[in-house]
Amino acid sequence: MTPLHHYLILSALLFSIGLAGALTRRNAILVLIGIELMLNAANLNFIAFWRYGAHPEALTGVMFVIFSIGLAAAEAAVGLALIIAIYRHRKTTNVDEVNSMKG
Amino acid sequence: MNSLLQYLWLIPALPLLAAGLSALLKQRSRTLAASLAIGSMVLAFVLSCAAFVSTLGAHGEAATPHNFVWFTFGEKALRLGWMLDPLTASMLVMVTFVGTLIFIYSVGYMAHDENFTRFFTFLSLFAAAMLGLVIANNLLLLFMCWEVVGLASYLLIGFWYHKPSAAAAAKKAFITTRIGDVGFFLGILWLYAETGTLLFYDQGHGCLETSALTAMVTKTTLLGMGVSTAIALLIFCGAIGKSGQVPLHVWLPDAMEGPTPVSALIHAATMVAAGVFLVARVYPLMAAVPVNAPLANSHSQVAMVRPHPGPLPQEREKPAATAEISKPVETSAASPVKTDGGAGAVVQQIAEARADVLPLPGGEGRGEGERSSHHAPVSTALQAVTWIGAITAVFAALVAVAQTDIKRILAYSTVSQLGFMFMGLGTGGVAVGMFHLLTHAFFKALLFLGAGSVIHGCHEEQDIRRMGGLRKLLPVTFATYAVGMMALSGVPLFFSGFWSKDEILHAAWLWEPSKWPFALGLFGAFLTAFYMTRQMWFVFFSPRSSRREETHTSHEPHESPRVMTVPLAVLAVCAVLLSVFGTPLWPWFHSYLGGHGAHPEFSGIPSDTLLIMLVSALVALGGIGLAWRFYSRRPAQRAEDPDPLEALHPETFALLRGKFFIDELYEMSVIRGNAGCARAARWLDDIVWNGVVMAVLYLVLGLSWLNRFFDEFVVNLGFDQGCGGLRSGARLLSVWQNGQVQRYLRVIALGLTVFALIFIWGCGR
Repeated sequence: MTPLHHYLILSALLFSIGLAGALTRRNAILVLIGIELMLNAANLNFIAFWRYGAHPEALTGVMFVIFSIGLAAAEAAVGLALIIAIYRHRKTTNVDEVNSMKG
Repeated sequence: MNSLLQYLWLIPALPLLAAGLSALLKQRSRTLAASLAIGSMVLAFVLSCAAFVSTLGAHGEAATPHNFVWFTFGEKALRLGWMLDPLTASMLVMVTFVGTLIFIYSVGYMAHDENFTRFFTFLSLFAAAMLGLVIANNLLLLFMCWEVVGLASYLLIGFWYHKPSAAAAAKKAFITTRIGDVGFFLGILWLYAETGTLLFYDQGHGCLETSALTAMVTKTTLLGMGVSTAIALLIFCGAIGKSGQVPLHVWLPDAMEGPTPVSALIHAATMVAAGVFLVARVYPLMAAVPVNAPLANSHSQVAMVRPHPGPLPQEREKPAATAEISKPVETSAASPVKTDGGAGAVVQQIAEARADVLPLPGGEGRGEGERSSHHAPVSTALQAVTWIGAITAVFAALVAVAQTDIKRILAYSTVSQLGFMFMGLGTGGVAVGMFHLLTHAFFKALLFLGAGSVIHGCHEEQDIRRMGGLRKLLPVTFATYAVGMMALSGVPLFFSGFWSKDEILHAAWLWEPSKWPFALGLFGAFLTAFYMTRQMWFVFFSPRSSRREETHTSHEPHESPRVMTVPLAVLAVCAVLLSVFGTPLWPWFHSYLGGHGAHPEFSGIPSDTLLIMLVSALVALGGIGLAWRFYSRRPAQRAEDPDPLEALHPETFALLRGKFFIDELYEMSVIRGNAGCARAARWLDDIVWNGVVMAVLYLVLGLSWLNRFFDEFVVNLGFDQGCGGLRSGARLLSVWQNGQVQRYLRVIALGLTVFALIFIWGCGR
């Protein structure tokens, strides 16, 4: 059986890739993809800790992840809709140029 | 009969369809427009004849309404409907027949007009509305058609709208009739408030049926007047306006600015008769009288207990169709001293059940023995109708004597004859007035069309003094015009006008409240004969050669084309033949209209009828003879020569020629008053209200100046400084929020890393 820390390393990698993508990409859609990666890394952690935890029969981790995936789908829909709206309004998806919400 | 009733709506719908279709046609498609209009009228005529025939068999039958729900409004449903009874049927036949002839005539008369299509559109619209008015079984439906008829009249008077006089006349006609319609509409509203329905007949629930009338008659309103009387008078206001009675007659002579076929159809034969028809339609309401009325009706009470002056002429026994109604009348009539007002009042419905729509015409139709010992009280509304009619009859005839425009004479004659009709309605009942309406429609349409033919032949000349000697040049027109003139003047025995007018005079003679209408009517008849002879003499007989050089047209007058003379001939034949139906010897029309079937037996002529006939014949012949003697004795040599009457008494003649200066009186009083009101309103608006508004404005301005001063120098000064400090602090902080999403993310990531490092360092220790 694969030890727990392998899963944790994988999820940490996934998270780092996602974070790097969200921080470096200019395109809002790619930023969104990065965020999705980070979210999935968190999901992987949930599953792993549940599977190796004290009560694997209680299905708590699976429940968490299903909710989280549902939320992610909704969040992706809202995020994409926002990006489309911004694109229609400003003819760009570059997050550097969308900075009118500054003080 | 029932299926026919169901499809009765087709009669107005056909001309309406024609109007709608020809409205969409191009101006050029003349033949199509004319054939649409005439075709629809012919079809409507055929249907009307079918309806007429179906009512012939009806015997003492009540009206047969066909009602339907128009829309529901909350709890209440508004119901419209149409009906078929002898009154409707005879009007339908008359309107469609005269209408068809006039449509055909118009083809010739309007041949050179470029708006030929528009003319036929309006004519068809008029015909549709008029027919709708006739068949309506609902006062609201009748009113709607009434207004559409008024609209069509407006459009057609102003048909040549580029003439300022025509446009002004159209406006005058519309506004003057509206004044009457205000009263009419108030009457409708009041009637609805009282009875909750506007249907005339609705199986006992209609507003002209016993229960509603009883309820209305027993209530009293202002000055002790019965509610039914007040409503009837208000509705009569509409009739006054539409039928050009004094004091709202001023529009009708001016309406002659329209094309002559329009004058013939709308302003002589049909529309102006709508007022008479309206009174005939709501006759039960008009005639409703409380038997034990309070003080205000003491007049009619006296009339009621007075014994009958003589034996009823023409004692044709009728089935006592109103026995169940007349019994309570008898019982309370036995004790007329009771004056306790509304409580014990009983309706005396002269026309209920439509079995005796003709209360007094020579007594026929009211031959029930049990009632013959008392005269029925005459309702206040009918008295008003009679008086207005009698005054108008004489007034307009007087004015007609002094006019020189061929159409204007006929217009005043129409006003006068409408007065006769109202007099007939008031004194004699529906049949008397309606018979004169029908005969008048034929011969007056004939006269107008003849006048149109004369005008057409004389190249748009309308002044009778510039005509003359047309007898030889326009033979057909002359012959037919002579028939119309004799019918109108009441030349005895062979002309319908004689019989119908005689009947009105006879009814007026028997009228209880006063003998004055009879005297006025007789005088009116004399004047009618006089002015018609004057006109005939000027137009057809006076020597032509003496005045020809003054007419500026070089052409000789010419006879009109066949399409115009054939309708004239048909109408002339009708003007003679129609007399068959209404002679006292065989009063077919009265018994038909009274619902007694179409087969009355012959009866002898009683002596007093004969006397009245003799008197009216003498009066008519006297008028003709006098006028003839007067005008032919010394023919005027030039058109500007004074009228022989003018030479006789210039002041009176000037008064008559000026139409008693009623127009000027209105100009002085109503119109100037109205303008004064408008000016006062404007002054009030400009000075008073505007002044108040401006004062408020400056007050507000001053206050706001003060406010601004306080704001700027008291409130703002301290506040601005506080704000400045706040703003510089915010600017310092706002560097952190620069809108770059990824900078925020970086900061979060940095924080996360720092947090993780602290965590690891803490765990390792």
